[in-house]
Amino acid sequence: MPHFSKPEAGSWTEQYPELGTSPVNYEDSIDPAYYEAEREAIFKRTWLNVGRVEQVPKPGHYFTKELAAAGTSLIIVRGRDQQVRAFHNVCRHRGNKLVWNDFPGEEVKGTCRQFTCKYHAWRYDLTGKLTFVQQEGEFFDLDKDDYGLKEVACDIWEGFVFVNLDPQQGLREYLGDMAKGLEGYPFHEMTDVFTYKAEVGSNWKLFIDAFAEFYHAPVLHQKQATKEEAEKLLGYGFEALHYELHSPHSMISSWGGMAPPKDPSMVKPIERELRSGLFGPWDRPDIAGLDPLPAGVNPARHRSWGTDSFVLFPNFMLLLWAPGWYLTYHYWPTAVDKHLFEANLYFVPAKTARERLAQELTAVTFKEYALQDGNTLEATQTMLKGRYVTDFPLNDQEILLRHLHKVVRDYVKEHADAAE
Amino acid sequence: MLPSDFAELEPYSDWILGSERERYAKRLASGMADMQAFYDAAFPLLDRATTHLDTFPLDDLPEPERNLMLLMFSLVMVSFPIEVWKQPRVPDSGAAYLDVIAEPQV
Repeated sequence: MPHFSKPEAGSWTEQYPELGTSPVNYEDSIDPAYYEAEREAIFKRTWLNVGRVEQVPKPGHYFTKELAAAGTSLIIVRGRDQQVRAFHNVCRHRGNKLVWNDFPGEEVKGTCRQFTCKYHAWRYDLTGKLTFVQQEGEFFDLDKDDYGLKEVACDIWEGFVFVNLDPQQGLREYLGDMAKGLEGYPFHEMTDVFTYKAEVGSNWKLFIDAFAEFYHAPVLHQKQATKEEAEKLLGYGFEALHYELHSPHSMISSWGGMAPPKDPSMVKPIERELRSGLFGPWDRPDIAGLDPLPAGVNPARHRSWGTDSFVLFPNFMLLLWAPGWYLTYHYWPTAVDKHLFEANLYFVPAKTARERLAQELTAVTFKEYALQDGNTLEATQTMLKGRYVTDFPLNDQEILLRHLHKVVRDYVKEHADAAE
Repeated sequence: MLPSDFAELEPYSDWILGSERERYAKRLASGMADMQAFYDAAFPLLDRATTHLDTFPLDDLPEPERNLMLLMFSLVMVSFPIEVWKQPRVPDSGAAYLDVIAEPQV
């Protein structure tokens, strides 16, 4: 029996006829040639979120970002003019990687007045301009103005830093109406961060699939709830409050009665004691911007709203939670069957030990769930690779997965067609 | 190491650990009986500890209070094995890992 209403088309999926309803082929997650096509068609041409402005608060603050899927490493740095810029992390002299510590493959961050190459001490200022060449007189007609760092398009939306190696459109146009509906959310107040990383042995899309539906939640995570509550949830199954597609992006809006729960006996002793859990600390932080929420958050304006998940194509997810915090997921492909997963939990800085302990419980709980989510993926990748089963029926609560794989297919096809 | 009112938790001072990585590693390396003993001793004091800690500024906790805070972080860490899993590791998590590489400092 449905608990929440569906659109007049009869289902969320049929509201978007271009999606179809037939089983979905997962060759796109196992074919190495397809992955190479994705790198060209998607990761070298779309806006990619690489971080937040809080990571570069002042002039000279920088961090590096490894973009294996686009075949580069970038330096993101704030200049003296306050502008945040992105550069390919490569010295113009002979291609040495410019900014790194002990291990060239590891991302670094720091503060500097200028970038100095470890190899021959060429120096670049914070705007990428080449300012010093060791033994300049030994070179032939070298004009330093011709050898600045190679810049990459970089723009900021609501404090999120995006880069694009070959922009087909501006950032705001790319992010579109769905993101516009989030503008004004107090992201800038939520600056205490828990960062998690793991290398996952699956195609990048499989982990987005795992986090873009909650059909799995009452089943895979049933041991996380008390026994009575788990049985009740399993009986209900999962139905979203709302879905929206704004191609290439999409979102799911979900209920979440656990913060605080209607009945405290539904939750574990530590949750009752610390007034916190998976959905976040039960007591909202005292900041402006959470009530009313921007129109794009809880778009159905549902009383039972708990969390919205936005899939910002290609590899960035943004989750806003009713109790006033947010988290991000990034899936950075490194091979057809491998990616680096990164999660960040953002809270308004705790003022008291009680608030900090509530955040700690949310962070610990997040990891317990994510470990279960992550562990199913390598086995899925292995089984898909066998190609004994190739097509999979996706249900109406998996519309975001159907959409993601279609958008990827469309980008790859469009890029291939344009090349012919 | 702890504020005098919480001396009864001194036997568990090896759970005073400065990072999630250390707390998670200790959880995986611990037996259930040890974690149960720590939980049984610390959980009843959680509310009193929080009330005590809230009389200090969070960004400038004296050393004994900071130790108490870290000990309560460890209580949060063992709460899942004790209250839910009945084992140190998350069930069905196999070889999966997820490293905390940054967290708000106390």
